[in-house]
Amino acid sequence: MYSNRVGRLMLGLRSLKAASSCAATRRAASRSGFSRAAVWRQRTLRQQRSACAGMQQTSSRSASHTTVDPGEVKRFQLLANKWWDEEGDFAALHAMNDLRVPFVRDNLLNAQTERHPGKPLAGLRILDVGCGGGLLTEPLGRLGATALGIDPVEDSVRIARQHSSHDPDLRDRVSYRACTLEELSGEEEQTETRFDAVVASEVVEHLADLETFAICCGRVLKPGGSLFITTINKTNLSYALAIVAAEYLLHIVPRGTHDWEKFVSPVELERLLESNGFLVQSVQGMLYNPISGAWSWTNSTAINYALHAVKQDDVDEDSGSPLGGQPEATHS
Amino acid sequence: MHKLTKVPLTLNGLGRCFITEKHLSAVNIIRRGLVGSENGRDSPKTEVYDVIISGGGMVGSAMACSLGMDPNLAEKKILLLEAGHKKIMDRAPDTYSTRVSSISPGSATLLSGIGAWEHVTRMRCKPYKRMQVWDACSDALITFDKEDLLDEMAYIVENDIVVAAITRQLDSLPENVQVKYKSKVVEYTWPMPHHAAESIPWVKVTLASGETLQTKLLIGADGPNSMVRQKLGIPTVKWNYDQSAVVAVLHLSEPTENNVAWQRFLPTGPIAMLPLSDTESSLVWSTGHRLAEELLELDEESFVDAVNSAFWSNENQSDLIETAGALFRGALSAIMPSAGSPRQLPPSVAGIGPKSRVMFPLGIGHASEYIRHRVALIGDAAHRVHPLAGQGANLGFGDVACLTQLLSQAAFNGKDLGAIQHLLEYETERQRHNLPMMTAIDLMKRLYSTNAAPAVLLRTFGLQATNMLPTLKEQIMAYASK
Repeated sequence: MYSNRVGRLMLGLRSLKAASSCAATRRAASRSGFSRAAVWRQRTLRQQRSACAGMQQTSSRSASHTTVDPGEVKRFQLLANKWWDEEGDFAALHAMNDLRVPFVRDNLLNAQTERHPGKPLAGLRILDVGCGGGLLTEPLGRLGATALGIDPVEDSVRIARQHSSHDPDLRDRVSYRACTLEELSGEEEQTETRFDAVVASEVVEHLADLETFAICCGRVLKPGGSLFITTINKTNLSYALAIVAAEYLLHIVPRGTHDWEKFVSPVELERLLESNGFLVQSVQGMLYNPISGAWSWTNSTAINYALHAVKQDDVDEDSGSPLGGQPEATHS
Repeated sequence: MHKLTKVPLTLNGLGRCFITEKHLSAVNIIRRGLVGSENGRDSPKTEVYDVIISGGGMVGSAMACSLGMDPNLAEKKILLLEAGHKKIMDRAPDTYSTRVSSISPGSATLLSGIGAWEHVTRMRCKPYKRMQVWDACSDALITFDKEDLLDEMAYIVENDIVVAAITRQLDSLPENVQVKYKSKVVEYTWPMPHHAAESIPWVKVTLASGETLQTKLLIGADGPNSMVRQKLGIPTVKWNYDQSAVVAVLHLSEPTENNVAWQRFLPTGPIAMLPLSDTESSLVWSTGHRLAEELLELDEESFVDAVNSAFWSNENQSDLIETAGALFRGALSAIMPSAGSPRQLPPSVAGIGPKSRVMFPLGIGHASEYIRHRVALIGDAAHRVHPLAGQGANLGFGDVACLTQLLSQAAFNGKDLGAIQHLLEYETERQRHNLPMMTAIDLMKRLYSTNAAPAVLLRTFGLQATNMLPTLKEQIMAYASK
């Protein structure tokens, strides 16, 4: 069952940007048809092939590359160029930066003691999970953070690299990798290379296995590091708006982009995170206005919301006591 | 890394030449070796700036200073390009310059926020407390002043002094703010829109010296004949007035407190006397082109007579208008007995500053768009007005304040400075402010350009009524002071 969940998580992350996230993305994602069919197809394959309970999936990942339909990859490529069209398919995601960048920035600033005028996030390492074309990674880099964006879709990563390559400010601070979170967490063994913050914006509603996601986040974060998530709630209202209205009535998003079963409520997300070593600091509702194309903060978390959690100190798996940095006492 | 490869090349050449004992050629080989590797490997990267401001006048240099002093833009690379030479002034020159501006309190606040106002006041500036505007064709007049004449309404400052003060402040800013003088721009290359992913996304600026620069945001502050605006092909509503302004420095007959600005509307155009000191004032006389040329050709004494007569004579008034005006004033004072103000006469002029008569044509212009992808226009490049309201420079400073605030916020949100979203906000906000002002100024100019009785009656009544309504006057002053 564990490997089952891991397998679903792998596939979920791979089709992560297939659905191009965001609650009410305008038009777009004709390629999102790919996500459902291929996910189900590969899921059965993966179950047969599923390996150990560990995190290493590199062998199956490289194998899964060959099973990807080239036609689907092409559709990815076509859409990959649209990442940076601010008035195009991803306009709502661009607009969401007005909320999510200040959200990340202000919560990180609260934790910091030093002040760097002009570069408020200087000295921080941030991981952007499911970065897509780098829409969120670039502003974080501009604010002074060293940002790493990861995404399973190579074309998105290529576009992201290309877009940031022209800007001398970003060249040194922003980097991208086409990989999954488990691959990355498998490598992150030393504390120094761990991140001060992980941002997973419009990602978790596409994951099959949140437990694994939470564990991986815990692995890559420093103790006291922040986790920022923006996603969609699982309510009747979100069904009405994000599924029925957006997909069936207004055709803002193609049918099947979102699976209401995968939406997660803030309460459930909070419970999940807190059982995996996080402490949730704040949850705030977001609202998209399709007429003005702008997002705003709102009191109700019924549709979209943003969540900030902080990782508690590392817990030593064997002894159960927090790793304070001191080696275990040896009996003389 | 290229330096390491230069060394073996030159050593190689050196070694060879020592063996053959041609010492002279050793120098050549070193030189060629260095140059060769430079050409081969070192193509200097074109510098990418965050903001380039084209035009170092009052508004352009205020923009550079304002951006440079903003904490959120602390490490951004800002460059100001000015075609002229650097204006350095330790103290004000002995003679007054003819080009002056009325700096509103809002603009003064901006200038003091960037640290330039203290330099201005230290050099030379003249605050004035009251403004009297009256008609030549009737008795109507309006006076603006702050309560009890305690506060200053605005300041008259020479343009050169404003630029010199801002330049001084720019010198004291850290290295990320640079100014290039004697740099004329010959070409702008606009970036392709976003989905052409391969090309360079920045604006390219080519200077006359051949140097090319790139920038994420270009701010055009290059005056009413803006090259930036023309190269962008932005449609501009503009026309020339059939008026030119004659400016001069006037010596008053006797020293006076001189804290009043005077403006009289003649049928040929408004004549204004703006205080510079207790003994000198600045003249701005907008009149028809032919009359302006004649004025320039007059000898000094005749010119002085013409000025005095323009302010003092009543030949344009007809009996009908006088009677109507008096009746109306009587009626209004019955309703509001305490309102209205006594008419004062401006000081008489005895002479003019040597070689100080200049004329320049007047016009109106408004760019239909202030912004494009990665470009914004500020100051006269975006809007040009008649000097009768003394608002030209202030509108420009208002642009500076608005754009700085929006760019600062955008930088704090990690945005690309050339992104269209905040530029659109700038355009909307400033057009909403500037257009009504420009329309009002143009209407005033048209209304006062005639001495046909109906128009005169209308404006007489209008002016007298406005003069009697303190709240309306306060609104007007507040709007003009921003």
